[in-house]
Amino acid sequence: MTTARDFFRTFFLWELLLGLKLTGRNLFARKLTVQYPEERAPQSPRFRGLHALRRYPNGEERCIACKLCEAVCPALAITIDSEQREDGTRRTTRYDIDLFKCIYCGFCEESCPVDSIVETRIYEYHMEERGENIITKDQLLAIGDKYEEQLARDRALDAPFR
Amino acid sequence: MTDKAEAKNPDTVTIEVDGVEMEARKGSMLIEATDDADIHVPRFCYHRKLSIAANCRMCLVDVEKAPKPLPACATPVADGMKVHTRSERALKAQKGVMEFLLINHPLDCPICDQGGECELQDLALGYGRGVSRFSERKRAVKDENLGPLIATEMTRCIHCTRCVRFLDEVAGFRELGGMGRGEHTEISTYVGAGVHSEMSGNIIDLCPVGALTSKPYRFSARAWELLSHPSISPHDCVGSNLLIHHVRGQIKRVVPQENEAINECWLPDRDRFGYEGVYSTERLQSPLVRDRNGHWQVVDWEVALEAAAEHLQGLVRREGADALGTLISPNATLEEMYLAGQLTRALGSSNIDARLREVDFSDQDRRSVFPALGIELEALENVEAALLVGAEPRWDAPIVNHRLRKAAKRGGAVMALHYRAQQLNYGLAEERVAGPAAMVQELAAVARALLDLSGDEAPEGFDNLLNGQGVEDVHRSMAKRLRESARAAVVLGPGAQAHPRAAALRMLGSLIASLAQARFGVLTDGANQAGAWLAGAVPHRRLGGVAEQTPGLDAAAMLKEPRRGYLLLGVEPEFDCWDGAAALAAMNKAQSVVCLTPFVTETMRAYADVLLPVGTFGETAGTYVNAEGRWQSFPGVAQPVAEARPAWKVLRVLGNVLELDGFDYDAPDAIADAVERGCSDKSASTAVEWQAPGQAGRESEGLARIGLVPIYGGDPLVRRAESLQQTWQGRDQKVRLGPGVAGSLGVEGDGRVRVRQGEKTVEMVVAIDAAIADGAVWIPSGVSETAGLGPMFGPVSVEPL
Repeated sequence: MTTARDFFRTFFLWELLLGLKLTGRNLFARKLTVQYPEERAPQSPRFRGLHALRRYPNGEERCIACKLCEAVCPALAITIDSEQREDGTRRTTRYDIDLFKCIYCGFCEESCPVDSIVETRIYEYHMEERGENIITKDQLLAIGDKYEEQLARDRALDAPFR
Repeated sequence: MTDKAEAKNPDTVTIEVDGVEMEARKGSMLIEATDDADIHVPRFCYHRKLSIAANCRMCLVDVEKAPKPLPACATPVADGMKVHTRSERALKAQKGVMEFLLINHPLDCPICDQGGECELQDLALGYGRGVSRFSERKRAVKDENLGPLIATEMTRCIHCTRCVRFLDEVAGFRELGGMGRGEHTEISTYVGAGVHSEMSGNIIDLCPVGALTSKPYRFSARAWELLSHPSISPHDCVGSNLLIHHVRGQIKRVVPQENEAINECWLPDRDRFGYEGVYSTERLQSPLVRDRNGHWQVVDWEVALEAAAEHLQGLVRREGADALGTLISPNATLEEMYLAGQLTRALGSSNIDARLREVDFSDQDRRSVFPALGIELEALENVEAALLVGAEPRWDAPIVNHRLRKAAKRGGAVMALHYRAQQLNYGLAEERVAGPAAMVQELAAVARALLDLSGDEAPEGFDNLLNGQGVEDVHRSMAKRLRESARAAVVLGPGAQAHPRAAALRMLGSLIASLAQARFGVLTDGANQAGAWLAGAVPHRRLGGVAEQTPGLDAAAMLKEPRRGYLLLGVEPEFDCWDGAAALAAMNKAQSVVCLTPFVTETMRAYADVLLPVGTFGETAGTYVNAEGRWQSFPGVAQPVAEARPAWKVLRVLGNVLELDGFDYDAPDAIADAVERGCSDKSASTAVEWQAPGQAGRESEGLARIGLVPIYGGDPLVRRAESLQQTWQGRDQKVRLGPGVAGSLGVEGDGRVRVRQGEKTVEMVVAIDAAIADGAVWIPSGVSETAGLGPMFGPVSVEPL
């Protein structure tokens, strides 16, 4: 019985029609293709892109050099040196992230007790020369300053789930 | 059953802990028994080296038939006791205590230096609640300044009182105490005085939380990123065991390594914070060579070594081998000393010495293979009588002082004969203060008193030493105590070794010891003086103490009859030599000076011709021989700063460049092995044979300088340890003189004076100090204030400004 049915299906190009049915359905369905770079795919507030270091509203850097991110980083991408700043607080003198090593797992962000190191929504960046893969504290703070509004909004959105 | 009862040790009891039967020493506390059996009972205030306070209550355990949980640290074991450390009742009690402890403890672990190695943090994980039930206000406590070494954050304090008990019981001064009661308890100094002990750093280790942390280390690293390697202290002849904690090759801090035979679990501040000097701005970054025009050129190692070889070879060719003198720091490793000795001797000279702060070498041929303490450090705490001559154990070797303090607390009589009254943390049984001129005759008077007691004949020429000194009660009492004690020791300190008649002092010390059947020994200057003798870095002995056929010039003679060229290893002559002025003058006059040095100063640039940067503490592997004759090797753990290389490697390559034989060592172990093979006699016999002394020369009239080295002035490394220099022992070095001398000179306290010694003068602040011997004036050496002054002992004049 099955043999007979398969025989007829082969002759009437049944499988092909099935495939065409999908094509036909999608021909009239809403299109999903994003015309990058003119168009962008939507991003979750939890998106894990390029890193940034945040500041408090009064301009003080958040990072207190507790080095938990350095310790938790599974790729050993973070290097921190710290010292006592003149005002007696604990601060970093060096905060380097090697973007080649980083696997964007977000553990650093997760471990940070002061929401200082965060991963932004930025995913478009490149390096042209050796050495540019290591972003320094100044660069990270600059990214944080530039996107602070977005970062604060994203953290607020995610807060109820933490 | 009866067999079992009979076999039972009368000194032990049988207890049962968590269902396991165990023997415990009678009278011991429960926590000692559980610790021995590796059963962990949480605790904060208990420390096996301190008295029991039982105030943290964390070690509450459940004892059957007891109405309430009992603190394991304060509950003596009793026969048949049944203890449960993990029962519901015990756990409930421990968790309750933890909740109370956490009420006022701040949640600042991320910025706390103790984070990651915190006993409270660790135990809170096991015994703490996830969420606090405490919603009231937390307590905050004002911080106190405990000095440049210890950072405080007293809000974190849980009042375990370990620091209080340590300072009281071990350091010997009750400098901290608990003020107030209940929640208002605060640990503080009584009048904001700070902590002044030379062992104060240990309270950092003792503090179970982050209330007391290290100031120099503050915020520079985390406990989990530190790599730990064992090493040996390079500052005194005790050879304290320590651990160097480093990150990426940079030393971050130093903590004690437990060794019951040496430093127990303590570490003096000098050993703990001395590492700061390693990263001094004065570190020599790369080899420097002076060119024909007298300008310094930065060169690479190859060129520098060629230049050094050329200087040494050229000097020997032009002026003869005797024109070369080698001065080596007594803190250099055994390997460096051996290679430096080999190098100097291969060039044809025997002028090598590490005994830089000594001047009287007349008995050097009669002395033992190496200078030793003559008694084990551990035995020192059980002596019944000890006579210290020219020693300030608290400053010379704090661990020795700690042992002597224990002896004194057990009823031992510690006695001192010194140039000033001792500032000790225990009472002396007898004390005699004598100026440098009277030192020998005072010691001879003790010997005389002993001779009187024993009825022995005085050895030949004894009266020349006595020099008419009468035997007084204090001498008699010292003699009596030494003679009547089964365990007695006579120890000569650095202050006696540096004395212009040190040989007479040693001979007398040895005589006293033999008459009183006591142990005799010396506390040497530097960490490896013993190693210098063994490795042949002394002019009269070769490797293993084999006598040199034609002894070279000793350290003092090398400077008195200046050489045309010098090889210096880790020495700053103006600070490290007995006669700083003469040493500096000799350097400046010399044609060629090759310096192997970790540090460079303007003074050094003025006299040196080749500067080779070498590694210092932590950066170089090596071996130290301590005062007991204990050989202790350690690895090089830190990355040498910039171009610096371990000195043994530099000497080895220098030997190769000079085409000398016997320099093909690949590792420091190989060198140490070679030295060990060469040392057939490693015994630490210390007796000095009697030789009839001549008539004492006339002492010069007028003021005599006492130029001993303060605790933080002994070597180039500790002189650059900034935090130590800021302590009260390190800062403000003053001229000290007794009220009598001050009155006759018209000098007032805190005024400025001009000190003149020979042709050199310096201006300093003066302090009136009744402790100083009459007719003498205390002018420390090894400090910048007195750099350039002359001999440690000698005539000096002081005039008010």
